[in-house]
Amino acid sequence: MLDLTPKTVSERSALRINPCKTCQPVGALYAALGVHRCMPHSHGSQGCVSYHRTFLTRHFKEPAVATSSSFTEGASVFGGGPNLRAAVKNIFDIYDPDIIAVHTTCLSETIGDDLNACIQDISVPDGKIVVHANTPSYVGSHVTGYANMLSGFIRCLADPRAAKNDRTAVFPGFVNPGDIRELKRILSLTGLPSIMFPDQSGVMDAPMTNTYVMYPQGGTPLDDIRALGGCARVLALGGFACAEPADVLDKKCKVPCAVLPMPVGVGATDAFVTAAAEGAGRAVPEELEDERGRLLDLMLDANPYFYNKSVAVYGDPDTVAGLVAFILELGMRPRYVVTGTPGEAFTRRITALLQEYDTGNCTVKAAADLFELHQWIKNEPVDLLLGTSYGKQIAKAEDIPLVRAGFPVLDRYGHSYLPIVGYQGGIRLAKMIADALMDRQDRDCADEDLEVVM
Amino acid sequence: MYAYVLEERKDSIRVVSDGAPIRCGADSVSGAVSQRACVYSGARVVLNPITDAFHIVHGPIGCAAYTWDIRGSLSSGSELYRNSFSTDLQEKDVVFGGAEKLAAAVDEVMREYAPALIFIYCTCIVGVIGDDVEAVCRNAERKYGNRVVAVKSPGFSGNKAVGYRLAGEALMQLLTPYGHLPKGDGVNILGDYNLAGEMWIIKQYMREIGLPVVSTFTGDSSYASLIRAPSARLNIVQCAGSMVHLAQRMEKEFGIPWIKASFFGVEDTGAAVRRAADLAGTAETRRRAAEFTRRESERTERLLEPCRARLAGKKAAVFVGGGFKAVSLVRQFRELGMETVLVGTQNGRPEEYEVLGRLAAPGTVILDDANPAELERFLREKGADILVGGVKERPLAYKLGIAFCDHNHERKHALAGYEGAKNFAEEVNLSVNSPVWRHVRAGQGH
Repeated sequence: MLDLTPKTVSERSALRINPCKTCQPVGALYAALGVHRCMPHSHGSQGCVSYHRTFLTRHFKEPAVATSSSFTEGASVFGGGPNLRAAVKNIFDIYDPDIIAVHTTCLSETIGDDLNACIQDISVPDGKIVVHANTPSYVGSHVTGYANMLSGFIRCLADPRAAKNDRTAVFPGFVNPGDIRELKRILSLTGLPSIMFPDQSGVMDAPMTNTYVMYPQGGTPLDDIRALGGCARVLALGGFACAEPADVLDKKCKVPCAVLPMPVGVGATDAFVTAAAEGAGRAVPEELEDERGRLLDLMLDANPYFYNKSVAVYGDPDTVAGLVAFILELGMRPRYVVTGTPGEAFTRRITALLQEYDTGNCTVKAAADLFELHQWIKNEPVDLLLGTSYGKQIAKAEDIPLVRAGFPVLDRYGHSYLPIVGYQGGIRLAKMIADALMDRQDRDCADEDLEVVM
Repeated sequence: MYAYVLEERKDSIRVVSDGAPIRCGADSVSGAVSQRACVYSGARVVLNPITDAFHIVHGPIGCAAYTWDIRGSLSSGSELYRNSFSTDLQEKDVVFGGAEKLAAAVDEVMREYAPALIFIYCTCIVGVIGDDVEAVCRNAERKYGNRVVAVKSPGFSGNKAVGYRLAGEALMQLLTPYGHLPKGDGVNILGDYNLAGEMWIIKQYMREIGLPVVSTFTGDSSYASLIRAPSARLNIVQCAGSMVHLAQRMEKEFGIPWIKASFFGVEDTGAAVRRAADLAGTAETRRRAAEFTRRESERTERLLEPCRARLAGKKAAVFVGGGFKAVSLVRQFRELGMETVLVGTQNGRPEEYEVLGRLAAPGTVILDDANPAELERFLREKGADILVGGVKERPLAYKLGIAFCDHNHERKHALAGYEGAKNFAEEVNLSVNSPVWRHVRAGQGH
């Protein structure tokens, strides 16, 4: 029913159909929500922030608060400086955040508003802060916007003269609050003192308390962002979302950086846990060794159901790289691996992963869209789709099971509370994948083949 | 009046009985956490349900991504409109212009699908970079002989209501060549988007009373169905906010009179069906309308009883897009024995606020373009038990421990007509009386 996709792939150079990305500002907005008592501010038309808030609310099932410069015809001709000045005053007067994080939009970028100069001219109340980032919607994707906003915070706030501390800065990447909770649990088990930046846990998964607070308990405190400048090292989890801000911090404050893959699956989690334990100068704690062992146990137990199953993986570059690494560990066969975010670094990274395992032919593409993916699947189907909710039309049209992971998931509940990172996240993912494949087997098998014991 | 309200916003908030007119339709204040959307958004939601059109967003990817399959408008035919098409403008297009890419995108669509109708939505930067989109459309129409209509809807050029007008103008471009069609016996339904199949419910009622439906705007419509519209003898306008402009234009150009009609709630649905029969039908139509609405309203009243018993005395708050829907909801809550203590809209019109002022009980708070902070204060202050709103209001209500019903794009069941009145009562009951609230309240003070 939902299928307009022709099987024959024809060359497209101008038309984007069913994108696998969205624009920079929503990533910037999400990054800013991970800072304590921060109001994200969109310097553009009213509609942008309305769409971004709706989009985030649909994924997290949480309020996503942000303000807008509410551009009018006049602002788009004469510049949005006066709008920004009025906005900053109104925001501090009425919503009283500690910090406003301004990001641009395609409109304010195109008319050439100089944010730096605009903000210099604004009188900001004592003790309050305005930071900014350039996030043109016509460059990169929401992942780029997330990275740019982190860089913006670091440029404006990280203090090169901050007292040296023994803490490790951890940049978690574009992940769910549930993932960040899991990363923090692992860090605390290894005994590594750390600063999580940004930290949307406690903000985008705030508990129900019968009160609405505009700034929930969570978020990286401002002092911690300043203290990034004195950290012993940075662990940047995911090169696409975190390498650039880590580099900015290194250049500004001389904090050495290790870029690790998003810790999804055994190998990538090992790398993260090892780095954390080494940083703490201790052995990997037994509790984490046990979790690792349980994940391996599950992978062995269910191995026949994973083995050689073909998979299409799609979504954001760091997440997709993590998922691909894990399904390779599970003995599955990635057949199509795509992201909407442009950049050949993605294809290089995925190709390197594939070379470690010899799983046969796999099509890898950055700056791709889901229409294209659908056409490939029509020509050669897969056993499983692994990615965002936007794959559900393909799943329905081609009758392929879909396991939801990444951003956004708009049609299920609870995903933002639970991790895909760490050994525990691996156990959850492996179970989701096995359940999907085994449910399908039960549904499709002949009555006489139905087994109670599998 | 209230210390926590921005000075500029004080005239946009009224308490029934304070007598002053409300300020509405103004631009949102810079820096406000407004719930409002933009011009593009208004144009897109109106046109999106045209099922066999290619809706191409000309601009960077965001505006296409956020409006991909958003509305839950159902189709009995093509599913084309549920895909996302755009030119995904990149930096080099912004520097050198995007018109060429747009023309190429149209060529790619025509080569593969050759649709009868393409809409091109121009978002914020298209005018700024100077793309001559109308020339692209003209050339394409000449080349392919189909309709390629530009909807110039930069977000900054006003609010959502401006987008509604632009959508109306785009529709007029389609209809005008057919303005000469002779008038028949049928009616058009305007301003219903077939969310959860609501247009089908309204069409079924028209069938029951013997009034043929010519075209529907725009729920479950197609190019071929829309262009028959000038032959109708009456326009029935359901969502007034989005469609009054088109109705006025059709009255002027094609001589089709129009009425506002709300199909929300037992009372309003009955009145709407009878009014349509009065204005467009024969004596027989009127007889059938009277009988049908009496029978259905009696049947529905019986179905509402169990919910009514559990909801009587509860307090409701309403925050929706348009004022006409808000009026219906206040009546509908009254049918359920509930009192409305707060009513707000994103884009209500002065005359609708006037009606609300007369309809609502003294003490009711009326808000235009509210932000979450204002909603929160008034919901709490007025002790609302349930909020009716859209996606952005849902988590706010839940955080406050207040029940919620989506009366916007994410509605789960049809809310129009008699079926809708029953579904609405059930949804309100389900949320207000959910067992979760027991634990929420028990948890307090732990």
